[in-house]
Amino acid sequence: MATTVLGSNRRGLVESVFGAVRDIGARVLRELRYALATPSGRIGLPLVALHLTLALVGPLLAPFPATDFHLADRFAGPSATYWLGTDEFGRDIFSRVMSGATSIITISLAGTALGIVLGTSIGLTSGYLGGKVDEVIMRVMDGLMSFPSLLLALLVLTTLGPSHLNIILTIGVVFTPSVARVMRSATLTVKTMEFVQSARLRGESATYIIFREVLPNTMPVLTVEASVRLSYAILLASSIGFLGLGVQPPSPDWGLMISEGRSHITDSPLIVLAPSFAVASLVIGVNLLAEGLREARELPEGEQTE
Amino acid sequence: MARLLLVRFGLVAVTLFVISFAIFVVTMVLPGDVATQILGQGATPDNVAAVRHQLGLDQPWPLRYVEWVGGAVHGDLGDSLVQRRPISEIIGRRIGNSIMLASFTFLVAIPAAVAVGIWAGVKRNSLGDRAASMLSLAAISLPEFVTGVLLIMIFSTTLGWLPSSSIVEAGTSPLTRPQIMVLPALTLTGVMFAYIMRMTRANVIEVLDTNYVRSAVLKGLPMRRVLWRHVLPNAMLPTISVIMLNTGWLLGGLIIVENVFSYPGLGRLLLTSIQTRDTPLLQALALLIAATYAGANLIADLAYAWLNPRVRFA
Repeated sequence: MATTVLGSNRRGLVESVFGAVRDIGARVLRELRYALATPSGRIGLPLVALHLTLALVGPLLAPFPATDFHLADRFAGPSATYWLGTDEFGRDIFSRVMSGATSIITISLAGTALGIVLGTSIGLTSGYLGGKVDEVIMRVMDGLMSFPSLLLALLVLTTLGPSHLNIILTIGVVFTPSVARVMRSATLTVKTMEFVQSARLRGESATYIIFREVLPNTMPVLTVEASVRLSYAILLASSIGFLGLGVQPPSPDWGLMISEGRSHITDSPLIVLAPSFAVASLVIGVNLLAEGLREARELPEGEQTE
Repeated sequence: MARLLLVRFGLVAVTLFVISFAIFVVTMVLPGDVATQILGQGATPDNVAAVRHQLGLDQPWPLRYVEWVGGAVHGDLGDSLVQRRPISEIIGRRIGNSIMLASFTFLVAIPAAVAVGIWAGVKRNSLGDRAASMLSLAAISLPEFVTGVLLIMIFSTTLGWLPSSSIVEAGTSPLTRPQIMVLPALTLTGVMFAYIMRMTRANVIEVLDTNYVRSAVLKGLPMRRVLWRHVLPNAMLPTISVIMLNTGWLLGGLIIVENVFSYPGLGRLLLTSIQTRDTPLLQALALLIAATYAGANLIADLAYAWLNPRVRFA
């Protein structure tokens, strides 16, 4: 009799994962609501929301297609037609900045998401299982971390070639070890709590406990980590673009625009200033949001790694 | 302590092995044959085979890996494909230039950042603290290449005080024109200052909240003495490891900043080797940068252990 009761209590993998997704969605919203109550979050969240909107509809709202030449109007100053002037090919700078949001934001979001998913799976498993497995996994993660992220990204992109997918994969792989480390220590804390022990005594499966008991309760740490990672992803992706190994011309990429505009600073400073302002406001927004999330939970400032 | 040293050195050795192997696999075994790159797409199979033989590419890859690492250990990194000179010769002077730029940055950024961080932590939530926090957030949020280009716009295009590029004649040291180092160093200093300042501030605040500091204040010690005797030694411990972690960041920053200013260092060379598809040079540079990073991490670990009595006497 007792065994059947225990048996019926064990829930399967699919059910655990679906429940976790529902749980996590609700908890992320809660963290964001808390963050909105802090001064940093009140500035950061709207700024990030503005950029996200730009990423979705920016190319549609832009007055001109981003790659259209207006050769008669090269280096034009700001005017009613060209709000921020034009560049060396007479392309409208305002349109290019608006359209550039899409690629950098999708790349950084997807790269961060990949890194978070990989790192969280590894960190949770490692921390929950503990012992020898944990020891080995974390040593491997330490080894991966001892590679400067920009260098690793450059090597991978040189070999695989610069495509959106490859940049996303690179960011994901580069971020995995640090996310794993943070999630492991969060798991170690949650693991000792009574509700986890009672779930274990109830006879729940390991997957159920990891997905439904441990993971949701690491959300405060995970949301802060995700927002910090996102800001690094934007910095990394735009740096790769600047070095010419990311999004290729003539696509409107902010890093690439700054790199190309450098030689025309004297002709029209806006070629460089406009994308600089765009990338800076995006990263400041994400960083303020991260501060807000952290302040709301009174988490200590984490170690700064690359 | 001896045991700790041994374990740490062992880990670094393993890390270096893994890193060198990864670099080798990424640049050699994956698609993109060096011989075809030299000869171009129209090369006949016979020519390709001849060049492959000449470069030793027809050997099995484990043998090539052992030869490469063996050479690297003895300081022989092979020849550059493009410049047709020994890589150690090309890298030699560039290393000096990069180290110069990095040390300049360290010397300016660290003392300033630690001083401001302590001050901001002690005067928490004052107007000055808020201003420092805002400024450092802005510094962290700007990519290095944006800071660099903005500095060029202010100090060379507009004011005309400093040169916008750090190109030097081949064979001369940047020290002959020290003004070319100012803007690259300033760019690197900005971000580094911000990171270290924020960490120092956070640590000082944490230590100020502890019971032993409270009891030191309550027993009537003058504030200056509380700071020097109780707060700083404890707050500096994590800061030191952050400073060392920043070395890793600095290596990445050097790659970008040197390319913004065309500064003749390793970072500039790295991008050139990528653009010209100079695989042996790229391998050598990647290995060198990764090894420096591993070395900096080792020093950070050991410094932390040595300064922390709980680890030192364990």
